[in-house]
Amino acid sequence: MGPFNVLAYIIRRLIGAVLMLLLVSLVTFGIFFWMPKLAGQTTDQIAASYVGKAPTAEAIAATKERLHLDQPVVLQYGHYLKGIVAGQDFKAGPEVDHCPAPCLGYSFRTSQPVLPQLIDRAPATLSLAAGAALLWLVSGVTIGVLSALRRGSFLDRAAMVIALGGVSLPIYFTGLLSLAIFSYNLKIFPGGGSYRPFSEDPLHWFESLVLPWVTLAFLYAAMYARLTRAGMLETLGEDYIRTARAKGLPEKTVITKHALRSSLTPILTVFGLDLGLLLGGAVLTENTFSIPGLGQLAIAAINGGDLPVVLGVTLLAATFVVLLNLVVDVLYAAIDPRVRLG
Amino acid sequence: MSGDTTVSTSKTIQDAAKPAPEPAPEPRPQGEVMLEVDNLGKHFPVTAGLLRRQVGAVKAVDGVSFSVRKGETLGLVGESGCGKSTTGRMIMRLLDPSFGRITFEGRDITKLSRGQMRPLRRDLQMIFQDPYSSLNPRQTVGAIVGAPFRLQNIRTEHGVKRAVQDLLELVGLNPEHYNRYPHEFSGGQRQRIGIARTLALKPKLIVADEPVSALDVSVQAQVVNLMEDLQDELDLTYVVIAHDLSVVRHISDRVAVMYLGKIVEVADRAELYERPMHPYTNALLSAVPVPDPSLREGRERIRLQGDVPSPLDPPPACRFHTRCWKAQEICKTVEPPLVRLSPGHEVACHFPENATVSETDTVAKAAVAHGASPDEAPLADQD
Amino acid sequence: MTASDETAPAEFAERARPSAFLEVRDLKIHFPTDDGVVKSVDGLSFQLERGRTLGIVGESGSGKSVTSLGILGLHNRQNARVSGEIWLDGQELVGSTPEQVRRLRGRQMAMIFQDPLSSMHPFYTVGKQIIEAYRVHNDVSKAVARKHAIDMLGRVGIPKPDQRVDDYPHQFSGGMRQRAMIAMALSCDPELLIADEPTTALDVTVQAQILDLIRDLQEEFNSAVIMITHDLGVVAELSDDILVMYAGRCVEYAAVEDAFHRPLHPYTWGLLGSMPRLDRERSERLMPIKGSPPSLINVPDGCPFHPRCPYGELTGGKADTERPELRELEPGHKAACHLPLEQRREIWNAEIAPKL
Repeated sequence: MGPFNVLAYIIRRLIGAVLMLLLVSLVTFGIFFWMPKLAGQTTDQIAASYVGKAPTAEAIAATKERLHLDQPVVLQYGHYLKGIVAGQDFKAGPEVDHCPAPCLGYSFRTSQPVLPQLIDRAPATLSLAAGAALLWLVSGVTIGVLSALRRGSFLDRAAMVIALGGVSLPIYFTGLLSLAIFSYNLKIFPGGGSYRPFSEDPLHWFESLVLPWVTLAFLYAAMYARLTRAGMLETLGEDYIRTARAKGLPEKTVITKHALRSSLTPILTVFGLDLGLLLGGAVLTENTFSIPGLGQLAIAAINGGDLPVVLGVTLLAATFVVLLNLVVDVLYAAIDPRVRLG
Repeated sequence: MSGDTTVSTSKTIQDAAKPAPEPAPEPRPQGEVMLEVDNLGKHFPVTAGLLRRQVGAVKAVDGVSFSVRKGETLGLVGESGCGKSTTGRMIMRLLDPSFGRITFEGRDITKLSRGQMRPLRRDLQMIFQDPYSSLNPRQTVGAIVGAPFRLQNIRTEHGVKRAVQDLLELVGLNPEHYNRYPHEFSGGQRQRIGIARTLALKPKLIVADEPVSALDVSVQAQVVNLMEDLQDELDLTYVVIAHDLSVVRHISDRVAVMYLGKIVEVADRAELYERPMHPYTNALLSAVPVPDPSLREGRERIRLQGDVPSPLDPPPACRFHTRCWKAQEICKTVEPPLVRLSPGHEVACHFPENATVSETDTVAKAAVAHGASPDEAPLADQD
Repeated sequence: MTASDETAPAEFAERARPSAFLEVRDLKIHFPTDDGVVKSVDGLSFQLERGRTLGIVGESGSGKSVTSLGILGLHNRQNARVSGEIWLDGQELVGSTPEQVRRLRGRQMAMIFQDPLSSMHPFYTVGKQIIEAYRVHNDVSKAVARKHAIDMLGRVGIPKPDQRVDDYPHQFSGGMRQRAMIAMALSCDPELLIADEPTTALDVTVQAQILDLIRDLQEEFNSAVIMITHDLGVVAELSDDILVMYAGRCVEYAAVEDAFHRPLHPYTWGLLGSMPRLDRERSERLMPIKGSPPSLINVPDGCPFHPRCPYGELTGGKADTERPELRELEPGHKAACHLPLEQRREIWNAEIAPKL
């Protein structure tokens, strides 16, 4: 397994990723542009629903032409793909708007290109997800390891009960509860909707994100603590742990160097998936704390029938998941020498 | 199989390097051929690169031929990776052969579909190694042993329960344990349950893959005896796959030794163990630890160097030449054919051990017939 | 060994310190479970000198592996109750602190396990694992330890050790892996080596190589070896003395010649009769022991072997009620059986030996 094989593997996986994204876009596109046709709507009706309030006949006609709604759905999809790969020109009256590649189209509501909106919203989601991920990874794994080592102890039982609570309580409950206590009552942290980008005011950015981080991390930390505990317990029963002890290694070395490393690999897989999903928008958390991230954008777009934006967010989320999955698999091979990429 | 060689039987026995002391060789079962395997092979493809092209193949089984007569037991021995289990699974059609032919009772079953195999499953059954994982823990013994009746839609005279209880009794279990679960039994008893299930449909041929290797010594003997009793009682034919040469010797009528996907020697049991001809067979027998400390010293030991080569890239010609102390140039260039040297004794080796002059001659002629130059083939330099 | 004097409970200090290199006295290892107490080892005693090999034979659940883990102090004290005495070179281990025992593990006593693949950490190279074992007990630089690791790999017969040292365990073959395990176990030059079924997972030709290796290394290192196995053949090849275990106890202890040629316990007879043998004419039938090994929670009353023993009735009911003591019947030959010695010799000579 030389570097060439690793490269070949990554290329093959990237090709697979592109196919996967194609499929995602096809399905999403189909749901929004093909299903209405199946349901018997005329192209005029469809176009009308995209124009907004009080559609005029000209506006409908213009929209129809602009979106190629009179063409077969397959062609429409082709235009969409072409936009992503090569960019697209949109006729708006006498002017021609060029939307450079990767072009995800124009928002129906704001008439702005979709991509800049996504880029505008991404930092908030990224801040939220990355901070929470760090928090839950560290705390979840630590609690899980301690629980496994003191199996059956008070600490173990307490941790697992709390973990059960964390897994079962929904974000909007824990989120609102924490807001009520720490923001409105104790006034330690600012309330919802106070998010400022890091570039504007780092301190405020941090303060405003503490509660969302903790709330989101609580849910995941609980899950990771249970996962780590189970993984640790399994690893501690492995023959090579017995060997490590038989060599006379101090217990601390046995745990950190031999047991922990093996039990972390399955966690890595889950972590990649979870983070990927969150990067596409932590919908509940963003809504609860009014953080202007991708999740909020998606909700707003769905509510307003802003299809290009919905499609854009979906594609972006899928891209995150697929890419992180690839990263995880490559990391996996780096950690476990038995895993061969191929 | 080269049937064109003629060897005088009486001469062979007289010239045998080690006289065979086994008392009055029991008459070999001369029944009709039940199973015939002809040039059977299984290659597992190995892929690599961007387009996952096939870059090679694990030649797990690479052209084996043998036949099993009705009522006899054929032992398949060899070390891990020699392809013995793969062969067994192909006979059962649990794996599809890459090439070759399997004939069961005169019928070619190599290409039969699952549906076409179904009625044949009555006749062909398998005993597995692990009595712990091959029984469904959530089913009672009654359900496990009775499953074949239901699957094959067979009406039993006094109902399935009675039939199952008869089977349990047959394999030495208490029929009243009909409603118990596998975990309530010990390893040996579980293997008995497995055997009872196998026997439910009165099979003709049973392939047993390491039937006793997971069991304790004292229990192993019980299961071996049980298998022998059942063979007499029910007229069964066995193919026993095992790595333990002592067990194979005890249970088999004929033994085939496999190395890296090939059969290197087949012989009647007494012949094989008293006059092993292939160097590999000799090495295997010599490596078995003998439970007699007085034989510790002075016993001639053949110690093979290194490990079995990878079946992904087996050595050319004779696959054993990399570890063989008798190997010469010809072993690296001409593959030794499996030659019948005496009745019921076939060997694939250019320089067999314990061979008579005429046998060595036969080997040399066969080598020439397979493309060796007469100088290479050791026609002359025999003593 | 002043440390042990300070920490060992008074009751141990009073007893005589044994002269043998390893002495196990009345070792009991019990595991309390929900179903009852599992008495894995229940009163085991034996001695072993440097340069000698003791073969411990038994079926699964006889307590042989639990014993070896007990000597190394590898049982979790939370769920195992260990009592008795284990004297290693003048130091008592059962009463020592876990930290004291840990310092001896790997240095003075080392172990080889059955399955070399699962017994080595899959994420670290073979070299790293040997280096680690060496550096726990020796204050040397990584470079020195690495040189030592390569040296050890060469001594156990691994070709090109300077290259293979950086391979991972899965890149080794089964036999090479077990060699690497042995190299790791011997890296600190231990005086006691415990091999727990070291060849059971290996092919027969590789097994022969490994047994040769263990024999040669023992001569070279003059260590005491405990060979734990179910295979009487392996024991006969290597051992000086044999200890047969049944249901957590020793039922027969003898020099290897006596154990195979004049065994005095019906269980040993049963083991010998159960195995098909290549060195004898093929017997028409094997002579198995009836039934299966007992549960260690409900060990049968009396002689634990009596439900499976074909000669139990000859004791006049004694075997059902009274547990036979391990008695020295001939010099160096002990057995735990109620049958009169003469009768046992008769049975062996007349009924058992001819059929083997």
